[in-house]
Amino acid sequence: MNKIKLIIWREFITRVRKPSFLIMTILAPVLIAAGVTVMVYLSLQESDDHRVLVVDEAQIIGGRLRDSDKVSYYVDNRPWSDSAFKASPYTIMVEVNEDILNTNTVLFFYKELPSVTVQKVIANELEKTIELAKLKDEQIDPEAYGRVRKPLVMKLFDIAKLGEESLEQERAGIGFFFGYFMFIFIFMYGVQVMRGVMEEKQNRIVEVLISSVKPFQLMMGKIIGIALVGFVQFVLWIAITTTLVTAGSALLLKDRFDPAVIANTPMTTEVQGQLAEQAGMPDMEDVKFLQALKKIDWPLTLGMFLFYFIGGYLLYSSLLAAIGSAVDSETDTQQFMFPVTLPMVFAIFTAQAAVYNPGSAMVLWCSLIPFTSPIVMMVRVAMGNAPVWQLALSMLLLVGTFVATTWLAGRIYRTGILMYGKKVSWKELGRWLFYKG
Amino acid sequence: MLHLEGITKRYGSHTALDGITMDVPSGQVFGLLGPNGAGKTTLIRIITRITGPDEGTVTLDGHPMGPEDVVRMGYLPEERGLYKKMKVGEQALYLAQLKGLPKGEATKRLKAWFERWEMSSWWNKKVEELSKGMAQKVQFITTVLHEPKLLILDEPFSGFDPINAELIRTEILRLRDAGVTVMLSTHSMASVEELCDNIGLIDRSRLMLHGNVREIRRQYGTNTYRIEYKGTRVAFANALSFTGELVDVQEGGEYAVAKVKLGKGVSLNDVLRQVIGAVEVHGVQEEVPRMHDIFIRVVGEKEPTAVTPGMTE
Repeated sequence: MNKIKLIIWREFITRVRKPSFLIMTILAPVLIAAGVTVMVYLSLQESDDHRVLVVDEAQIIGGRLRDSDKVSYYVDNRPWSDSAFKASPYTIMVEVNEDILNTNTVLFFYKELPSVTVQKVIANELEKTIELAKLKDEQIDPEAYGRVRKPLVMKLFDIAKLGEESLEQERAGIGFFFGYFMFIFIFMYGVQVMRGVMEEKQNRIVEVLISSVKPFQLMMGKIIGIALVGFVQFVLWIAITTTLVTAGSALLLKDRFDPAVIANTPMTTEVQGQLAEQAGMPDMEDVKFLQALKKIDWPLTLGMFLFYFIGGYLLYSSLLAAIGSAVDSETDTQQFMFPVTLPMVFAIFTAQAAVYNPGSAMVLWCSLIPFTSPIVMMVRVAMGNAPVWQLALSMLLLVGTFVATTWLAGRIYRTGILMYGKKVSWKELGRWLFYKG
Repeated sequence: MLHLEGITKRYGSHTALDGITMDVPSGQVFGLLGPNGAGKTTLIRIITRITGPDEGTVTLDGHPMGPEDVVRMGYLPEERGLYKKMKVGEQALYLAQLKGLPKGEATKRLKAWFERWEMSSWWNKKVEELSKGMAQKVQFITTVLHEPKLLILDEPFSGFDPINAELIRTEILRLRDAGVTVMLSTHSMASVEELCDNIGLIDRSRLMLHGNVREIRRQYGTNTYRIEYKGTRVAFANALSFTGELVDVQEGGEYAVAKVKLGKGVSLNDVLRQVIGAVEVHGVQEEVPRMHDIFIRVVGEKEPTAVTPGMTE
C-alpha cells in the first residue's frame, strides 16, 4: 500500500511541477476570462454618439422618439438629398416612407456602419413609435392591445409531481453539461495515462519498477495519480476563472447597464427580450435556467456525478493503459484507440439526444450500458426521470465492468510492458490474457 | 542459497524454459550464459518474481520465495532506463523507496555512493542531460543501494566504456566479498573467466552445463600440456615415445614449445620422466580450454539436431 502511494505521488508531483501544467492552469482561465470579458465589453461598448436624422415626410413619427444613452434623434418633415445628408453632422439618416403603415419598411442610410446593438436600439424605438401610430390609425386602445399582445407561456408539469413546474429540458441541459465535462476529462486524462505507460516502456524503466512493485500497482498508481492531477487542475481552473470573470466584469462593466431602458416597458415582449439580451439581462430562458438550477436534486446529482465520473474514468483509463502497454510508439496506438473512443463519442451524441427526447429507447439502453452510461445517465439524473432501479442497475453494471476492465487491462499490461519490438494484433492481446502470472 | 527446481515456462505453444534445476551458491558470482533467445531473461524474470513459472519452485535460503523477498534482491535488467525528465537524485530516491528504504536512510546512502563515484554534481541534473554511461552508473547504484543479498545483473557491462566497466567489475567483486550472491548474465566469456565461480549455460530452454567454472574447464580439457624445452625436436619426440601424442611443436625462440596430449593411463610425471633426460625442460602448463571454446562447443554441437517445436514463434 505504501508503494502505491509512492507511485501516485510521483505521477502527481512530476506532472504538477511541469512548466506546462502551470502554464495551462493559469493561461486557460485567463484566456477564457479575458475572452468572456472582452466579448461582453465589446458588445456593450459603443464608442461614438449616433445622431440619427429621421426624415418623416408623412409625419407619422412625430416627436415621440426617445433619445437613449448614445443615440439621439432629430425628426424633420422635409425631404433630404443624399448630398445634404453627407454634408450634415448627422451620422445616420432614416427615411420613413408614407406607406410605412402598410410596408413596415424604413430605409437606413449610414456614414459608418453602426454596431448591431445600435441598429437594434434604433429599430426598436422606431417600431414602438410606428406601432403606436398604427394603433391610433386603427383606433385601438394601446392598453387593450398590450393585454392582447401578451405571448403564450406554456408551463410543463410532470403528472407524477404535480404542484411544481418540471423544467425538465433545462435540467437536462445542466445534466448534459456535467456529461460533457466528464467526456472531456476522461478523454484528456485517459490519454495521459496511455502516454505515461508508453513513456515508461520506451524509457525502459518499467522492468526496474516491476522488480519492486506489482505491475497492477504500477498501473493503478498511474491512473489514480493522473486523476488527481486532473482534479487539481479543474479545481484551479474553476477558482481562477470565477475570480477573473467576477473581477473583470466588476471592473469593466460597472454602470454599463442602465435598468431604466428596460423598465420603459416596450410594446412587445420580443423587444423586451432583445433589449434584455443585449444588456446581458436574464431573459425568459435564463430565468427558467436559474429556476431549473434550483430544482435539481443537487446532493443526488453531484453524488452521481462523482460516482459516474470515477467509474467512467477508471473504465476508460485502464483500457487506455492496456493500449499504452501493448504498443511501442504513438503511431501504433491508432488501431486500438478507435474502438475505445467510439463508444465515448457515441455517448456524447446520445446524451445530446437525451436532452430533447429523454424517453427514447436508445437513451434508456445507453444509460445502462457501462461504456456510455456515465455520460448519458448524467442527463437523466439531472432531469430527475431515472427510476431508482434503473439507476441502481446502471451503477452496478458500471462497477462490475470497471472491475472487469481493470482486471483485463492489468493482465494485458503486465505482459505488454515487457514486450518490445513486436507489432501487436488483437489476437495477440487476447492471448496475453491467458498467460499465467 | 538460491535453488531452482524444475522451472518450466511456456508462452502459448512456445516453451521458454524446460525443467531448469540449478543451484546458485551463496557469496559467489554465478554466470548465467547462453545464446540470445535461450531463455536467460525469462529465467531471471522468474527469479525476480516479475513473472511466475508454470512449473517448478524457487527456493531462497531454504524457504520458498515469496513476495517479501523482492526487497532482498537487486535487479539490473538488460532493458534498463530511467525517467528522462526526472532529476537524478530524486529518481534514485524514488527507486530506493520503492525497494522499501526510508527516505532519510536512502538519501544518506545515495549521497555516500555519489561521493564515492564522484558524481555528486549530477544530483540535480535531469537524466536526459546524462550520457549513457553516466545513466548506467546511476542505475547500478539504485540496484545495489538497498544492500540486497541477491544481486541479479543482466548484461551489466553493455553500454559501459572500459573504465566504467572496470569500475563495475571491481564493485561486483567487492560486493561478493561482502557476502552478496551475484548472478550475472553476460556474453563476455572473458568476464566469466575473470569473475564467475560457477556458471549455468542455457540453450534452447534447457540447462546444458552447470557447475564450477574451474571444474568445467578441466572437464572440457583434452589432457593436453604445453612443455617448454631446450633441445631438438627429434630428441623430444623420441624421448616422448608412446607416453603421449605430440600435437604441435613451435620452434624458433630460445625455447621450443611442444603441445603434448597424454596417452591413456599416463600421468604428466611419466611424460616428464621420459623427456627430461633428452631435453632441458623449462616449463610445463596444462592447456585449459577457454570458456569461449566451451560455449561454442556446447551450443554449436546441438545446432543441427534439435529444433524444439514452437521455437519459431
